[in-house]
Amino acid sequence: MTPAMETIGLHRRFGALIVANEINFRLEAGARHALIGPNGAGKTTFINLITGRLAPSEGRILLGGEDVTALPQSARVSRGLGRTFQINTLFKGLSVLENVCLAVGEHSRSGGDMLRLIGSRRIVLEQAYALLERLRIADDALVPVKELPYGKQRLVEIAIALGLEPAVLLLDEPAAGVPSAESAIILDVIDQLPRDIAVLIIEHDMELVFRFARRITVLVQGGILVEGTPAEIAADARVREVYLGERQHV
Amino acid sequence: MPSPIETLILRHRLRLVELLPWIVAVAAYFGFADYLSLGSQILIMILFALSLDLVLGYAGIVTLGHSAFFGVGAYAAGIYAAHVSGEPLSGLLIAAIAAAAVGWASGLVILRTQGLTLLMLTLAVTALLAEAANKASFITGGADGLQGVDMNPIFGVFRFDMFGRTAYLYCLATLFLAWLFARRLVHSPFGQSLIGIRENVTRMHAIGSPVRRRLLTIYTISAALAGIAGGLLAQTTQFVGLTVLGFQRSGEIVIMLVFGGIGRLYGAFVGAALYMIMQDQLAKLEPVFWNFWIGLLLVMLVMFARGGVLGLIDQALRSLRRQR
Repeated sequence: MTPAMETIGLHRRFGALIVANEINFRLEAGARHALIGPNGAGKTTFINLITGRLAPSEGRILLGGEDVTALPQSARVSRGLGRTFQINTLFKGLSVLENVCLAVGEHSRSGGDMLRLIGSRRIVLEQAYALLERLRIADDALVPVKELPYGKQRLVEIAIALGLEPAVLLLDEPAAGVPSAESAIILDVIDQLPRDIAVLIIEHDMELVFRFARRITVLVQGGILVEGTPAEIAADARVREVYLGERQHV
Repeated sequence: MPSPIETLILRHRLRLVELLPWIVAVAAYFGFADYLSLGSQILIMILFALSLDLVLGYAGIVTLGHSAFFGVGAYAAGIYAAHVSGEPLSGLLIAAIAAAAVGWASGLVILRTQGLTLLMLTLAVTALLAEAANKASFITGGADGLQGVDMNPIFGVFRFDMFGRTAYLYCLATLFLAWLFARRLVHSPFGQSLIGIRENVTRMHAIGSPVRRRLLTIYTISAALAGIAGGLLAQTTQFVGLTVLGFQRSGEIVIMLVFGGIGRLYGAFVGAALYMIMQDQLAKLEPVFWNFWIGLLLVMLVMFARGGVLGLIDQALRSLRRQR
């Protein structure tokens, strides 16, 4: 079966610094895959290469079997690639509903409509609102995002990505910075993501990783150290060595 | 209580208060019959400021070179009237097309950059055009200005009279149509996506928005509207001088917009009208010193009321509502 997303020999240098080293990676359709690794391992760089924020020095990126290496970000998104950001990247002055509407609008190709008013395509608003209900933030639909607590802002991050109805969803530390009392809601949302979406999650929180992932890839110094099931990763001596200095996470 | 969806839709509907500028403008026609030439100038500057608000206020493109398009429109309409035809409406169309073409071509280059680089490039484009207009004196009249701009009656019926009545109504009608268009634009999904670009361009890329194309589109539209404003000036004053392309005009229009409040469409109306009236009155009272007072007011506004005059009114209304 064609993987939802695949990278072949992906390589990226900044001068002499290699931040992505020959990464061969497969994300199967409907996967629940986690990418872990110590700080500076190149996890976010890898995400940025996949989404097209960064161009690779060498290698290829395939989405649903199609080579998208040369395509700009927007073309990759329209081919089913959605992402969230490690640090909230939202339209802060706009309401929650408007934030999600922008994504739904772009996805339905009505985001560039000039001569009709917002709301003349009601379906966009309704889809966005339905997403808010699913993520249980509908009560805050009209609240400007900047007035929301951080945990809810993280949910808006996810809602925007889901508004694109992605086939591949990249979650960059979805629970980062969220107080533990609120993180349970985020974990629930991640647990309940539609089965047909292939999800790649970057996370430091090992509890979350082992609860969520059915495959885990360990990234060290820009390259893949090992990949396997959670049980294999937990038992792997090399992984333990890498995380020795950070045992509190394990 | 209406659902959030209904509430959001209602926010984009036309409200009664939005008709206020038009009532004032029509009342001014009857009430200040001696000031109609100032009135026309104000309407023209409102249109110019409105065009700037689309790029600066909505899309967040910080430009100090918007007079490039105003000037191109003025020269296009002026040269057209002097050498081709004195018919005013086709002249405005020519002004819009010429300015849009310059906006599109310069936008292709400028909008690849951001921040200070972008700002410098907008200045550079204006400087280039101003120098070109100066050198090409065989067609622009150079430093002496463009002479021989003679206008035919509008629709072949309404002559431009010496009291400026026709000119005022002509400017008013043009501004009204431009406002209808601009209002529709900013309340459309396209307009919302411009706000998205202003608020967070990284996220706009990540939701698949063709950011650069959107920016180029609004830059071109804005240039066309600025060109129409310039064209109106050329037609109603029947003269075009090099100052239409000057830095001063680019700077002034930003100040007017900031006075009124950026990114709210009506800041252009309030800001341009206030600035022009203040300038007119202060220049009479203090022929030398009037710039000082405008400068002082600007400093106060920028320090204490970032939303301009309309921002202040917003705040006042909100605190009134809270007290009740």
